[in-house]
Amino acid sequence: MAGALELRGIGKHFGALAALCDINLQVGADELLVVLGPTGAGKTTLLRTVAGLETADEGQIVFGGQDITHATPAARDMAFVFQNFSLYPDWSVRRNMEFPLKAPGRDLAPAAIAERLAWAAELLQIEALLERPAAQLSGGEMQRVAIGRAIVRQPQLFLLDEPLTNLDAKLREALRLELVVLRRNLGIPMIYVTHDQAEALSMGDRIAVLSEGRILQVGTPETVYRKPLSPLVARQLGQPAINLLEVRRQNGAWVVAEDVQVMAATEGEGSMLLGVRPEDIAPLGGQSAGKIRVAEDMGATWILLVDWAGTEIHIAVEKGQTWRPGDEIYPLVNPRRAILWETDHDQVLRR
Amino acid sequence: MSFLKLEQVCKTYDDGTAAVQGIDLACAAGEFVVLLGPSGCGKTTTLRLVAGLEKATAGRIEVAGKDITDLPAAARDVGFVFQFYALYPHLCVRQNIAFPLDSMGVARPEKDRRVDEVIGRLGLEALTRLYPGQLSGGDQQRVALARAMVRTPQLYLMDEPLGTLDADRRLQMRELIRAQQLTMGVTTLYVTHDQEEAMSLADRVVIMEGGKVRQSGPPAQVYDHPADLFVAHFVGSPGMNFIAGEFVWEEGQTCFIAADGAVKYPLERPLAQGKGVLGVRPEFVRVEAAGTVAGEVVMDEYLGSCRNIHVHTACGRLALRVGDDQRFGLGERVALNFDAEQVRFFAADTGEKL
Repeated sequence: MAGALELRGIGKHFGALAALCDINLQVGADELLVVLGPTGAGKTTLLRTVAGLETADEGQIVFGGQDITHATPAARDMAFVFQNFSLYPDWSVRRNMEFPLKAPGRDLAPAAIAERLAWAAELLQIEALLERPAAQLSGGEMQRVAIGRAIVRQPQLFLLDEPLTNLDAKLREALRLELVVLRRNLGIPMIYVTHDQAEALSMGDRIAVLSEGRILQVGTPETVYRKPLSPLVARQLGQPAINLLEVRRQNGAWVVAEDVQVMAATEGEGSMLLGVRPEDIAPLGGQSAGKIRVAEDMGATWILLVDWAGTEIHIAVEKGQTWRPGDEIYPLVNPRRAILWETDHDQVLRR
Repeated sequence: MSFLKLEQVCKTYDDGTAAVQGIDLACAAGEFVVLLGPSGCGKTTTLRLVAGLEKATAGRIEVAGKDITDLPAAARDVGFVFQFYALYPHLCVRQNIAFPLDSMGVARPEKDRRVDEVIGRLGLEALTRLYPGQLSGGDQQRVALARAMVRTPQLYLMDEPLGTLDADRRLQMRELIRAQQLTMGVTTLYVTHDQEEAMSLADRVVIMEGGKVRQSGPPAQVYDHPADLFVAHFVGSPGMNFIAGEFVWEEGQTCFIAADGAVKYPLERPLAQGKGVLGVRPEFVRVEAAGTVAGEVVMDEYLGSCRNIHVHTACGRLALRVGDDQRFGLGERVALNFDAEQVRFFAADTGEKL
């Protein structure tokens, strides 16, 4: 893959705290790379290091074939969109968007500025807002303008730091689609940072899963969701989270400590950690009884919280039948969708 | 018999903004009611009116048969949980939780008993000596919840209490709040803009927009039988698909027709001819060889457990929900059908369901 941006062994420390450790990452020339991780994982530091707002303590950043590890932010030709829209509230939308084009050193003719502005405004469908003060915009409009201000510069790389986090859920859903289409039309690479697994899965060409300053896995959304390398990665994707059960092989089946059979035998032996996603367990057809504790009607699906096999599991079922707390069910794990890890893989089970 | 009752409650601010425009609401004792709507719909103002943090400009608020409309906030006996945890930074977790009891003058053995009880119930044993600054966001919010739950007030009022948490913490907190509420049986009014949160928590969802109630009902009812186009779009992810068309009288019955007859559904009862809207949820749109609505795939949203496929058709853009292993290429031509039992009809002018 032709990497537009390449991070080689990036490390960053704040005092004794290692914010980033040995980050190796490539972003393709026409790729949307999502960096997914919980609060404090180092996502924003990573983005700021790429932008030049922080300087890497170790490693090298190569962008368009050039080493930019120590280049100034201005020389990097990247556009940064923050979680907080950071528009000048008293300025009109037009003035806010023109601002980066009128920065010192950018000798753009007024006609060229007007042309860029019209192009961006049309792309983001904010033509009607241009003369309005930023303070009068709704949250969704503000974020569109903030993105507009980033794209008028026609940068070589977009860096977006949780740009939808402060918006209503419904608006987030619409804007995440818009952003994907926008990026596709512009053909400019993007790094998109988020803690929202639905955004990561639906938007990313690839996802880099970050935890405590380290990259745990990089892959397509399908790969990190279906074939997570560790339980820690598995737990970061999927809602409700993947079910984890300590199992051992006994008499041709996988059982939990109480000798309760949870799944027919697959490859593997001894004690393992079984990961199975809520949608990969059918409520009926299994060997061991469970009892529904909570039944949530989510519209298109049911989410069941079930006491089963000495623990609690989530099951997601398509609508059709009605489920009630107290119902006895027989969970059936789909062995083709289950994941088995060595039990000492990491200690997520106790977290 | 309703425990909390709002009658034609209005709030107009001094600058003329009519934030709440005549809300009627009745919550039964022990009911978990969620106010759901976009920013600016009046849901938080409604909650603050019930708390007494705002004063209603018209209407009446009743709790347990008593008019509290003009009662000051402190006299209302409500437990309030905000989005921002608002813990006292100089008090440890245990002191924070005990604070409401201290200010009520609850004496020692009783106070300790109740604080211990709520600490056990919310699993905070390991945190009691820590200070808020040493806690993660999720733990701070659990402490804030514990502080509200150390008393058993007449009402819990919660204003987007999960808003600032990471996604996986949100689900845990959701289940915790629901379990607590079921155990305690305290009537709860809860505000959110997140329809998924609303669906999972509520006995009843009240969908608001523009300072008014659009629909009030159990989650399944508002999802399956939305009262209008706004509710149909707002509830569900993605929202309901809409197709504009016409009602015509054909072969002895009213039919909905759109896209030159590519979409045609008979209605159960006769209806005046004219413009209308068909609504269908993404999970009831199917790709079938015999599908009558042709289109082109413009977007494939992978969500792990499923995919949302967005298709450009003569009826506009339609979203459909398919299994995660069903793959479509961008630009692929598909033919769509709708589940005839699951289509809904709305008036084109008012947007109301027919």
